[in-house]
Amino acid sequence: MNGQKAKKKFSIKNISLLITVVLFIVLFGAASVAYDNFFSFSTLFNLLNDNGYLIIASIGITFVLLTGGIDISIASTIAFTCVFSAFLLRMGVPPFVVIPLVLLIGLAFGALMGFMIHYYKLQPFIVTLAGQFFMRGMCAVISTESIPITNEFYKTMALSKITFLGGRIYFYVFIAVAVLIVALFVLKLTKFGRTVYAVGGNEQSAVLMGLPVARTKVSVYAISSFCAALAGVVFSFYTLAGNSLQNVGLELDAISSAVIGGTLLTGGVGNVIGTTVGVLIQGVIQTIVTYQNLNTWWTKVTIAGLLCVFIIIQRLIAIRAEKLKAAG
Amino acid sequence: MNRLKKLSKYQVFWPIVIFLLILLVNGIVSGGSFFEMRIVDGHLYSRIIDILRNGSKLMLLATGMTMVLATGGTDISVGSVMAISGAVACTIVAGGGNVAVAILVAILAGIVAGAWNGLLVSKIKIQPIVATMILMVAGRGIAQLITNGKIVTVNSDAYYFINGGYILGLPFPLFIVAFVVLLVMLFIKKTAFGLFLESTGVNPISSHFAGINVDRIKWMVYTFCGMMAAVAGLIESAGIKGADCNNAGLFIEMDAILAVAIGGTSLNGGRFSIPASLFGALIIQSITTSVYAMGVAPEITQVVKSIIVVVICLFQSKAFKESIAKKLNFRKAVKQA
Repeated sequence: MNGQKAKKKFSIKNISLLITVVLFIVLFGAASVAYDNFFSFSTLFNLLNDNGYLIIASIGITFVLLTGGIDISIASTIAFTCVFSAFLLRMGVPPFVVIPLVLLIGLAFGALMGFMIHYYKLQPFIVTLAGQFFMRGMCAVISTESIPITNEFYKTMALSKITFLGGRIYFYVFIAVAVLIVALFVLKLTKFGRTVYAVGGNEQSAVLMGLPVARTKVSVYAISSFCAALAGVVFSFYTLAGNSLQNVGLELDAISSAVIGGTLLTGGVGNVIGTTVGVLIQGVIQTIVTYQNLNTWWTKVTIAGLLCVFIIIQRLIAIRAEKLKAAG
Repeated sequence: MNRLKKLSKYQVFWPIVIFLLILLVNGIVSGGSFFEMRIVDGHLYSRIIDILRNGSKLMLLATGMTMVLATGGTDISVGSVMAISGAVACTIVAGGGNVAVAILVAILAGIVAGAWNGLLVSKIKIQPIVATMILMVAGRGIAQLITNGKIVTVNSDAYYFINGGYILGLPFPLFIVAFVVLLVMLFIKKTAFGLFLESTGVNPISSHFAGINVDRIKWMVYTFCGMMAAVAGLIESAGIKGADCNNAGLFIEMDAILAVAIGGTSLNGGRFSIPASLFGALIIQSITTSVYAMGVAPEITQVVKSIIVVVICLFQSKAFKESIAKKLNFRKAVKQA
């Protein structure tokens, strides 16, 4: 009986990843048929180039979602990282000081939010919403105008690329790939990773099993903010500027990526490969919108629609699972 | 003294005291000019009237938000719904449409938006923050698509009246607020709805077993919140005489939630007070106005507001109070958890 149930759950997990991959192939295929010159490695690589930072941020938020929490502060953290880095670089602070510093700020900020959420039982949405406004406000305090980055190291990072199969891959994409590999390793093969799933599955059981729930919950928020800060660093390589109003609404993109990739918002189910494919699906949608010459807001509206569809599918699967359980 | 103690038990007591204190401080700092009242062309002008007029949007949002938060939910789409309502109304008026029709359609758009949020939260059971975030991001896109990405300006005195009009020497938005609040208070106090709402927020499961239709209550409050946002959007767009989808209601959701928090309504749901939230809204508006008047960079208020929200939440948190009271160290807290 138990084995059967486990099998059922396992198949649901695989189905959602399968749906995601199929959706990506269908979208990419449809676009390749509809537009000349779309089907190429260059288009595929550009998806990675343009969305590298989003992959990092989405992987970070996946950790939080896996525990059943939420973090809507990441977009502001990315913006803050860019603005603060640009500000420091303009003052002449060398990059090898700036980058560790902003990453550390992200880590500490996330840990602080996680601390308040876990130890003082504050609701995650209210803490991270306050965090969102705090970071956005700090951006504006530093500068309301866009600060260009002229540092040599940043410029080198922005332009270094390898040419491969007729397409270009920029160096910063490899940061995203590294994050993906590390996240995959941590979630699958470490005690910490299994605890993340356990907390999301049932927090009380996890406590009773003697798992370090407190440390895990604080850590996932720290990871999420750290990834957001890292995404901010990559984003500043990508745009070579810091603007206080950039990436408004990116938290929706990140959460959609995770959900489209098969992460349950109730926690306990999901993986980072799905999340990465989720980001690529959004990238394809964005490319199609550009090819169609539509208003860029169509991207956001389509992604929001897609998110709704996937959440509803998840609900239906969950309701079916409940019924199966009730039926014994 | 005893009477004062009794008074201070009311939820609305402290917000009023704080509001009056802020006004007093402003009055002292400005050397009394803050309280000056002038009557020009039969219209009453003063700084306090300014605060009331500019605060009217926030008071409307806070009314809707109080009820949503009372169910233990949240609605962060209000800013985008404001943008949608402004975009709808201005597009109709600019196209030569009737102002009354434009207002009705805009409010209807708000009701539809709110009902959508309510559907996602109550029937599909998505977490309120995610459900309303969908509309927060997509809603601004929808508003952009309505206006075709442009800033629509309107040229209609009837439309301007929504924000700039005067009746009996007082600004028109105040009458909108008074009308709405009166209706809502009557509905809450004279029917069992208020009780059901509180019960839903305290414990939805036991409320359900007590025979309360929890889903319907949630659906109703989200719809109402959307409607309030639409009315606030009308006031905003009438104020700037056009629809600016990028900036209308941007970042206002935090102010609305903060107004409710300052009013003393728990963000975990349960007991609520709309009058207290209204004073919460006025406190925020008076702080914003004073910050502008003192020449401090307005961006800092955003930072300060977010800190205030967290501090208020901390003081509402039982765990925080306990940890302060017992001076628990982390290790014990871990054991308890």
